[in-house]
Amino acid sequence: MILEAHALFLAILADPFPNGIAHYAAGGVLVGLGVAIIYLGTGRIAGASTFLESTLSYGSTLSRFQRYRPSRDWRVVFTLGIVIGAGVYAFTLGDGVWVTDVQPWRLFLGGVLVGIGTRVGKGCTSGHGVCGVGSASPASFVGVATFLLIAIGTAQLVQAVGVGI
Amino acid sequence: MSAEHEQHPLFMPVVFAGGLVFGFGLALSNMAQPEVVLSFLLFEDFGLLFVMFGAAVVTGVTFFGAIRFLDGAPLTGGRYERRLKTLDTNVVVGGGIFGVGWGLSGICPGAAYASIGIGNLPILYGIVGMFVGAYVQGYWRSSTPDAEPAAAKAD
Repeated sequence: MILEAHALFLAILADPFPNGIAHYAAGGVLVGLGVAIIYLGTGRIAGASTFLESTLSYGSTLSRFQRYRPSRDWRVVFTLGIVIGAGVYAFTLGDGVWVTDVQPWRLFLGGVLVGIGTRVGKGCTSGHGVCGVGSASPASFVGVATFLLIAIGTAQLVQAVGVGI
Repeated sequence: MSAEHEQHPLFMPVVFAGGLVFGFGLALSNMAQPEVVLSFLLFEDFGLLFVMFGAAVVTGVTFFGAIRFLDGAPLTGGRYERRLKTLDTNVVVGGGIFGVGWGLSGICPGAAYASIGIGNLPILYGIVGMFVGAYVQGYWRSSTPDAEPAAAKAD
């Protein structure tokens, strides 16, 4: 914790936004706008992670997944929209194909934990972070504070033990 | 089809359009790149705060405005409601597990879908992992009594 506080202090002193803030803020506004379009038109609140369980209902009869059956079709459409929307950016304003250097084992293991955690914890960065915070929901404030702090601690620890990206 | 959106012809197009804007925004903000998320968690670039706050301000104004001033959603007739979940230990335990995964990999669900769109195929390791994780908790929680049957409608 002391190490983290020290690192935080140094980072803020140096330059908190080495890449500027414009594209971050504009991207965030568009993320919110995407949710707003769906909400205003349909009354549905579109978080990204329910898609995981609702899509599992196509192949599994477990009650946990079948409860999402009514929304599973539109969640597939929403997710396809996200994939294509990101592609439109990459191949118009963006720099085309981009590939990560994060190791596959980190992506896979992190993905497993994200998949468990988002469903047990009732939301992810978009469900709690965007829709829940936008709803001034106490559960979402607690959820966001929890996963932000734990993620910061985890990332710092992973770096401290020398696992490079 | 037993779906809830008994079928205004514009329902799916509007959901798709919302997804397009959402995904475009994630790619523009570089959240589709795990390295950028990790650089935030490592205190190298605090831009992610603007992404989250920018998005939450827009949804906040939209949700509260719609609830206050509009009658119901035109394509479904559904009432506008806030996204409220019960605050219990699951929120903290699940949030903690999510945080370890997010901190280890730099990926979260929406950003991972967007990452496919920018051609980042290794992200599929992460997405397969997410399905495995969602399945494991669903398997395990389907065999235990359900404390809150209708709590998790959308997120």
